[in-house]
Formats: sequence, C-alpha cells, structure tokens
Amino acid sequence: MPDTSPLPEPSRLARIRAMLWLAVGVALVLAMAAMLIRAQSQDTPSGNHAEWFGGPFTLSAPDGRTVTERTLAGKPYAIFFGFTRCPDVCPTSLSRMARLRSQLGADGMKFEIVFVSVDPGHDSAADVGRYVALFGTPIIGLTGTEAQLAQIKKGFGVYSAKSPLPGGDYTIDHTATIYLMTATGRFAGTIAYDEPDATALQKLRRLVA
Amino acid sequence: MFRHTFVTAALIAVAAAASAHSYRAGSLTIQHPWSRETAPGQAVGGGFMTIVNRGGADDRLLSGTSPVAAEVQIHTMSMDGGVMRMRQVTDGIAVPAKGTLALKPGGYHIMFMGLKRPLKRGERIPVTLRFQRAGAVTLQVAVQPVTSTGPEEGGHAGH
Ligand SMILES: [Cu+2]
Repeated sequence: MPDTSPLPEPSRLARIRAMLWLAVGVALVLAMAAMLIRAQSQDTPSGNHAEWFGGPFTLSAPDGRTVTERTLAGKPYAIFFGFTRCPDVCPTSLSRMARLRSQLGADGMKFEIVFVSVDPGHDSAADVGRYVALFGTPIIGLTGTEAQLAQIKKGFGVYSAKSPLPGGDYTIDHTATIYLMTATGRFAGTIAYDEPDATALQKLRRLVA
Repeated sequence: MFRHTFVTAALIAVAAAASAHSYRAGSLTIQHPWSRETAPGQAVGGGFMTIVNRGGADDRLLSGTSPVAAEVQIHTMSMDGGVMRMRQVTDGIAVPAKGTLALKPGGYHIMFMGLKRPLKRGERIPVTLRFQRAGAVTLQVAVQPVTSTGPEEGGHAGH
C-alpha cells in the first residue's frame, strides 16, 4: 500500500459536506445583503440622494401665500400629490394620514400633512383648501402653476398625466406614494399606498422622534 | 308552530334587509350603496356598493343616472408601479350568475361627473342603475364622511 493514499472515505465526505454548507451559507448571506440593499434604496436613501430629493419648490397656499421648501422647514412633513376630483386614492390617503396622526397622540401634531394638487386646470389653491378641510385635521393644501408643479414633481420623482374622459372631461393618473421629509428638508422615506398602517405608523414615529 | 317560526323568520329577514339598506331588481340585490361627502367645487364623487346575483344567468351593469350629477359613469381604478390610474368602463361590468360584483375603493366604482351641488354627509342621493337583464333600479346612496373606507351602516350582522 502506498503512503500517498487519499484520505479515508468518512473524513473526505465530511469535508465535502462542510464545503457545501459553507457555500449555502455564503449564498444566504449574499441574498440577504442584496435584499437589505434593495430595501434601503427604496426606503431610506443615504447621502446624496437625501440631499437633492425634493429640491427647491414654490407653490401657493389657499390664503394666497407662497410656500416653498424653506417655509415648510422646521417641522417634518408628509407630502403627497393628487387632485380634488380624485375619487379614491386621495381621500383614502388623506383619511389615513389623519387617522395615523390621531394614533400618534401628542406626537401627531409634530409633523405636517401636505397635499399638492397637480390639477391647476381645475383646482385653485382655495379649492384645495376647501377639500383638505373635510378631513378633520390640519392639512396644508397647495398647488401652483404648471411650471411650479413640474418643478416639484421632478424634485420628488412624481408622475402625473391627464387622461381624457368622454364628454370632454379628464382624470389624472398620478403617483400615490406619500413622501416623508425631515425638519431640515431631507428625504426620510416613503409610505406606499397599499402599505399596512403598522409600518406606516413606525415610519411616522421615526420621523417625529 | 312551524308557521309561527316561519313568520318570525320572515319578519327578521325583512327587518335585516331594511336595516342593511339594500335594493332588489330581478335576481339582483344591491347592498349598502355609499359615497363620500364632497367639498364645494370638487365636482365629482365616487359611489360604491355590492351587487349580488342570486340568479342562474349573468347580468351586466350598463349605466347610471342621478339628478345630482350631469353624468354617472362606470370607472375602474388600478395601481401600477405606485401610480393610480382611473379609466371609464364603456361596455359595462359583469355581475356573474350566483356571484357578486363589488364596487369599492381601489377598484370598480360609479362616478358622479359634474356634481350640481356638494354631497353632504348624512344625506341620501338617488341613483338609477341600468342592468342588461334586471333592468333599471333606483337606489338611495348614503353619503358618508370623506374618511370612510367602506359602508358605515350597522346592518352587517343581518346577512
Ligand atoms: Cu372614477
């Protein structure tokens, strides 16, 4: 029998098995890392992204005053986009923000709720003011000229487009995401339209903490 | 004895139907029609309800009218990559035999276009719906707070 014989069977098998487990482990870690990175990029962008997100904007309030990102600074806010003739997503989201605010108790007033109409053809700032007044909690209703709205939509990465309805009227397809901004105007995350209240509440708690 | 039980059951059924705010047309039952209050100048509003077809034949919701709106349209809504899209449905919506059609937030709804006045919470507004088989049925749509996400009435235990 030569001395250079291979390792005895049992220990060789054990080594192969160990290597396979190691491979599985590495794959798992990689998959989890990929998921984390993806979740982070959707949720809490870091560095530059948070800096430029939102950007400078200029809009009009129902009382005629001009509101910019600087006017809103000093208090965190949840901002989203819609139109007063929006049948569903807008009232649902505004109601939800009102409900989440009341669930936060005393912390509920530590952030503003901002609703921007992207339908200047129909909604005056005063219309937006009357609309948001229905929800039983202070909501800042804003709108602007086409150019002003184009600027803020670009800043927030919001899509909106008119879609004609028969009879000459139109509806507006629009992003339904709610964007969370810190008191210093930095992007702090989003609340998706179909996100459960529980995680939305966590995000708002973090926002006002 | 049996007759007595039957009468009692029938009375309970009638009471339940009344408190549940529902309407019948042929083999269709239309339950809890509701809408959200609107702000002055808002000009449109969505209407929601559940339509149950107990019959053996498919039916179809074709159109609607209401004295409070210039037009009642049938719409569908979808979410696509975070973007809300609403579209008119021009060929009606099926109410399947032995099935249910739900008009609810996030999906199909009737849409009051060109509201002649704001809808006030607590009121009921007449709407006439036209079905392919069941024909026309007039119902009273309950106007609820804008914060509603479903019908508010207490008749739910009744069915
Ligand atoms: Cu609609």
